[in-house]
Amino acid sequence: MTEIILEAERVTLRFGGLVANADVSLAVRRGEILGLIGPNGAGKSTLFNLISGTYRPTSGRILLEGRDITGLPAPERCRRGIARTFQVPRSFDSMNVVENVIVGGFVRHPRAAEARAAALATLDVVGLAHRADAVAGELTPPEKRRLEVARALATEPRLLLLDEVLTGLTPSEAKAGVELIRRVAERGVTVIMVEHVMEVVMPLVDRAVVLHLGRVLAEGRPADVVRDEAVIAAYLGERRRAA
Amino acid sequence: MTSTTLPAPAAVPATASAARAFAAKRRRTLLVGLAVFAAMAALPYLVRDVYLQNVLILTVMYAALSQSWNILGGYCGQISLGHALYFGLGAYFTSVLFVNYGVIPWGGMLAGGLASAGVALLLGWPCFRLAGHYFSIATIVIAEIGLLLVHNWDFVGGAMGIQWPFNPDSWWTLQFARDKVPYFHFALGLFVVVWFVTYLIEDSRWGYWWRAVKDDAQAAESLGVEVFRSKMAAAAVSAFFTAIGGGFYAAYVSYIDPESVMSFRFSLLFALPAVLGGIGTLWGALVGAAILIPLTEISRSYLGGTGSGLDLILYGLLVMLVALARPEGVLSLFKRSRTARNQEAAP
Repeated sequence: MTEIILEAERVTLRFGGLVANADVSLAVRRGEILGLIGPNGAGKSTLFNLISGTYRPTSGRILLEGRDITGLPAPERCRRGIARTFQVPRSFDSMNVVENVIVGGFVRHPRAAEARAAALATLDVVGLAHRADAVAGELTPPEKRRLEVARALATEPRLLLLDEVLTGLTPSEAKAGVELIRRVAERGVTVIMVEHVMEVVMPLVDRAVVLHLGRVLAEGRPADVVRDEAVIAAYLGERRRAA
Repeated sequence: MTSTTLPAPAAVPATASAARAFAAKRRRTLLVGLAVFAAMAALPYLVRDVYLQNVLILTVMYAALSQSWNILGGYCGQISLGHALYFGLGAYFTSVLFVNYGVIPWGGMLAGGLASAGVALLLGWPCFRLAGHYFSIATIVIAEIGLLLVHNWDFVGGAMGIQWPFNPDSWWTLQFARDKVPYFHFALGLFVVVWFVTYLIEDSRWGYWWRAVKDDAQAAESLGVEVFRSKMAAAAVSAFFTAIGGGFYAAYVSYIDPESVMSFRFSLLFALPAVLGGIGTLWGALVGAAILIPLTEISRSYLGGTGSGLDLILYGLLVMLVALARPEGVLSLFKRSRTARNQEAAP
């Protein structure tokens, strides 16, 4: 039995004349790693913003575990189990690393000492425990990505949205990142990841959805998606088709 | 459901020791606080000169007020330049209730504090929808409106102000004609209370929420932080203590009029010490006030005749210097060297 954790029903978002997401329908199964791919400007981050509650869709509905969450504000969605990272890391730079994570920890632990314990444990999971006392602003870019993931995990999500957490990493850092995402998924967290690095993301994800110009272009097993003619044209470029 | 949450690894030793180290650091902060406050309490017995005692009282009072401002401006990142409104509310509540109705200043301060917190919530409702500089501008304008209203309101003395009656020395009425030491201790007490409240908030959900709101509101929301409610709570706490300071000031100077408690100058004087010493820190307001207030008081008494505002030019210069050399405030001088040491010590 595959249970649907998140469903987007014909979600559309317009910014004036620009349609950022058009009629996007999507069903995410509990426990899977779903890759959300597509060229720049395809509407991937917009879809994340719609799911996490930063934006409200112009039309359409978003359901979490069968319940309509379209009108709920972002903090409420977080309490219901949706966590996200940002494409450009948005660490709280006046705070140190563990304090950043504690902010997320308060979602499940109202007391500061418990939130701190949970945050420290989470830092251990993502391999950032040795930097717990460092000021967030002083982290290296890959460390900042880990911090983003740790903060999101500290909210103990059921659904984790990862926005390009592997982009811009060296191959060895990316490999460590892939292992981290696998570990997170093994703990039963459903993951949707936006990613550009195809060779890294394709072996990792169970399923891929390709967005192009705000619409769902293709959906399926990674191996099938990369062979799809329309996907190759839109995403991998004309050069690949010619080759 | 077990599979849906992230189980915490059972008793990671490093985690436990990090938690213990943090608890020890908190205790150390508290002990340092107690030692500093005890030393400060003895100050007016060492400084017997009445003029210098006045400077000490004002320094500690502005430290308390700046620490109150810091709760909203430093921790939550909402830069208010209208806190003179709350200061004035406290001063007027205390004075009107005492002079017209015989309510002791303690009651008036409490009433003024609660009223200010209420006003802060009312004003926060529209103002916290404004971002950054627009919020600051709105606070300036609202405080000026408050000043004009009080100017033209005869019930509270209008432009004439309110003169406190002369009473025998008493902690009950907060009037001490002969000795300034009790005023110093009241101001210090207020600072200690605000400091301690800030200390408690620092390791509470509000404290983390406020700093998250300051650093990045959108990221905060995605982590379950109620941004609007955070700003409202910070504004209410900040306004409450600012008004208590206003009530104290009224008792101290025994005469208030609109300009002497609600002018824009006060709003600046609450913000500047925290900015100078280190915004959003426990000790910044005190360090900043200890530099700024003696400097301005002394320069005012020596340069006061040469034209009003020279003291304000002086703080302007100081703030510019700090902004250029140490944007995080004077306290960051010490912090920097500590992190540098830690990095050297790390393997």
